[in-house]
This record gives sequence, structure tokens and C-alpha cells, in this order.
Amino acid sequence: MDDTRLEGFIGNLLRAGVLLAASVVLVGGVFYLALHHADSATYRSFALESSNLRNLVGICKSAAHLNSLGIIQLGLVLLIATPVARVGLAAAGFFLERDRLYVLISLIVLAVLIFSLARGT
Amino acid sequence: MTALTFSLVVGAISALAGFLGALTGLGGGVVIVPVLTLALGVDLKYAIGASLVSVIATSSGAAAAYVKEGYSNIRIGMLLEIATTIGAVLGAYLAAFTSTHIIAIIFGLVLIQSAYQSLASSQSEADNLVSSDRLARLLRLGSNFPVRGTRQEYGVQHVPTGFGLMFGAGALSGLLGIGSGAVKVIAMDRAMKIPFKVSTTTSNFMIGVTAAASAGVYLSRGYIDPRVAMPVMLGVLAGAYLGTKVLVHAPVRTLRIVFGVVIAALAIEMIVNGITGKV
Repeated sequence: MDDTRLEGFIGNLLRAGVLLAASVVLVGGVFYLALHHADSATYRSFALESSNLRNLVGICKSAAHLNSLGIIQLGLVLLIATPVARVGLAAAGFFLERDRLYVLISLIVLAVLIFSLARGT
Repeated sequence: MTALTFSLVVGAISALAGFLGALTGLGGGVVIVPVLTLALGVDLKYAIGASLVSVIATSSGAAAAYVKEGYSNIRIGMLLEIATTIGAVLGAYLAAFTSTHIIAIIFGLVLIQSAYQSLASSQSEADNLVSSDRLARLLRLGSNFPVRGTRQEYGVQHVPTGFGLMFGAGALSGLLGIGSGAVKVIAMDRAMKIPFKVSTTTSNFMIGVTAAASAGVYLSRGYIDPRVAMPVMLGVLAGAYLGTKVLVHAPVRTLRIVFGVVIAALAIEMIVNGITGKV
């Protein structure tokens, strides 16, 4: 493993994550517009959406019930997960390069990310 | 406006945001937030959620290409992400006790100065290449990037200053929601003497991680509305893809001008938001 190969892996992971997330959002979006294209779109005032779309379990459940907004939200969660997975992959790659300093650096970033995501949800 | 029209309009604007974001390393919030709030009357909370989605989409979408082509420097990115993520967590915590509108105004004024510098320095065509100082060599930050078919070696300097500025960039993104990309590019370009394309593409690589750090909070607060975020994400990805194709061939001079204009717009946005108390 060297830096060029690691860059290839990271690039592929980012591409795969983004394509997967975009496909899921696209499917949900097509579903949503097929059913609601003529609805009035006003987001003038903030109304707290149902908690089903605000936490991971609820999002997975509503996506499993083929709720279009649930599917979109699942795609967005996959998008958010992509950079986190990228940091994890970098840690693994630097480990294979036997580059201890950068394994440590990557793990610190991963820990802060997980701490902050866990605190938020 | 019907949901279909709204999706198409937002998708088109988001494509422009993704294009500019991928070219400048700033993410797309500069364009998305004012268009959604001012032109389409969307509540600021939804706009901030959409902006966060646009930053992650631009970052991951464009970085996939930039990393593979050898522009983004993953070591610089990972090292500085320690500072930005810790800064972001601290900023989000401090936001509850700080008058963010004053910070927004000060940040806006700083950006005006940076925009001026960027436009002034666009006169000189080439990057000012340096050799790495001791700490940068120890951290193996120097690398090479493609210039007209060959690989150009470059060095890195003043790592502690850059690290400190990145901490500030993270704190600002936690406090204000947007604007962290600008400080990242400026810190790498000005303080650390990294070539401009490496600075913008490495910033681009990093902003997704900084944004992901605050995504959990935004999601659970309900800021990320699927009906608004869907066209934003798809549009931004299309635009960012186009941006990566353009960056490769664009002269540094042009990129500095685009960067200067975009951060001047961001500066005005920050100052107006600060004065009207929107942040």
C-alpha cells in the first residue's frame, strides 16, 4: 500500500457512496413527485416534521414502508455517512502503510466525528 | 409554486452552486442559502439544512475525482481535520452563549479583505512554490500535483499557523453554519504556501467531514427537509461533476478571480445576515 493506491481507494469509496446516496434520493424523489407534483410547495415557516424523518430508526422504518420522503431521507443519511466512512478507510489505509502517526491522526478525526454525531442524535 | 416547479428551480440553482463550490473549494452554501430564503421564501432553518447537504454533496462528489487525479492532499486534509472537527464541536457548543451576529459581521469584514487579496494576487499567473519546513517534512505533507501533463512537486510551511486557522474555520462553521471553506482555502493558500489548486481541492476534500460533524444535530432538529434537500443534493452533484472537469484545465489566475468574487458575495451575505440578526 502506498499513498497513490490509498488515493485510488478513497476516490472509489467517495464515488460509490455518492452514487448510492444519489440513486436512493432519486428513486425517492421520483416517487414523491409522481404523487405530489401538483402540491403547493411552501416552506415559509418552520414546522417540525414527524420524528420519523429525524432519527435513524424512524427513517429506516418509513423507507421500508416505501414512504417517498423516508426514502429520500435514507439517501441523505447515506450521503452524510460517506465522509465518515472515508475517514475510517483512511485510517485502515495508513495502517496498511504502517504509518502509525497518520493512523492516530485518522482515528482522532473519526472519534471526534462519532462523538459529535452521537451527541446530535 | 407547485412541488414540481420548486424541485426544478431549486435543482437548477443547486447545479450552479455545486459547480462554483467544486471550483473554489467553498461548498455551495454561498449560493443556496440566499436563493432559498430571499428568492423562494424558504425558512432559514430549512435553507441551512439544505446548505449542509449541499456542502457534503459537493465535497464527496468532487473529491472523488480530485483525490484520484492527485490534486487533494489526503495527509494535509486528515491532519487539519483534527482542528476543524474539534473546532466545529466547540463552535456548535459556544453558539448558545455567543452573539453570533457580531461574529458574522467581523467574519464578513475579514472576507472582504481576503477577496481583495485574492483578486489582487490573480495578476501573478503561477503558484509561488516553496520547499517544506522542518515540521512539514516530519509530517510528510509535501507532495506533487498535475500541472500540464507532468507532476509538480510542492512543499508546505507554517503548519502550526494553518492548524490554528483551521480550528477557527471549524469553530465558525459550528457557530454560523456556513463559511468554513473560505477560511480553509485561505489558510492553506496564504499561511501554508500550498499551491492554489491543491488548496481548493484539499479544502473541498475536508468540508464534507466538517459538515458531517454537525449533520446529526441538524437532522434531529428537523432542519433537513427531504422535499427541499432532494433537488439540492441532485442538482449540486451534477454541478460539482462539471466543476471537476473545468478545474483541471482552468488557469490558476481565473480560479483566483472566481474565488475572490464568490467570497466577496459571501462577505456581503455574512454582514447583511449579521445586521438583520439572521444568524
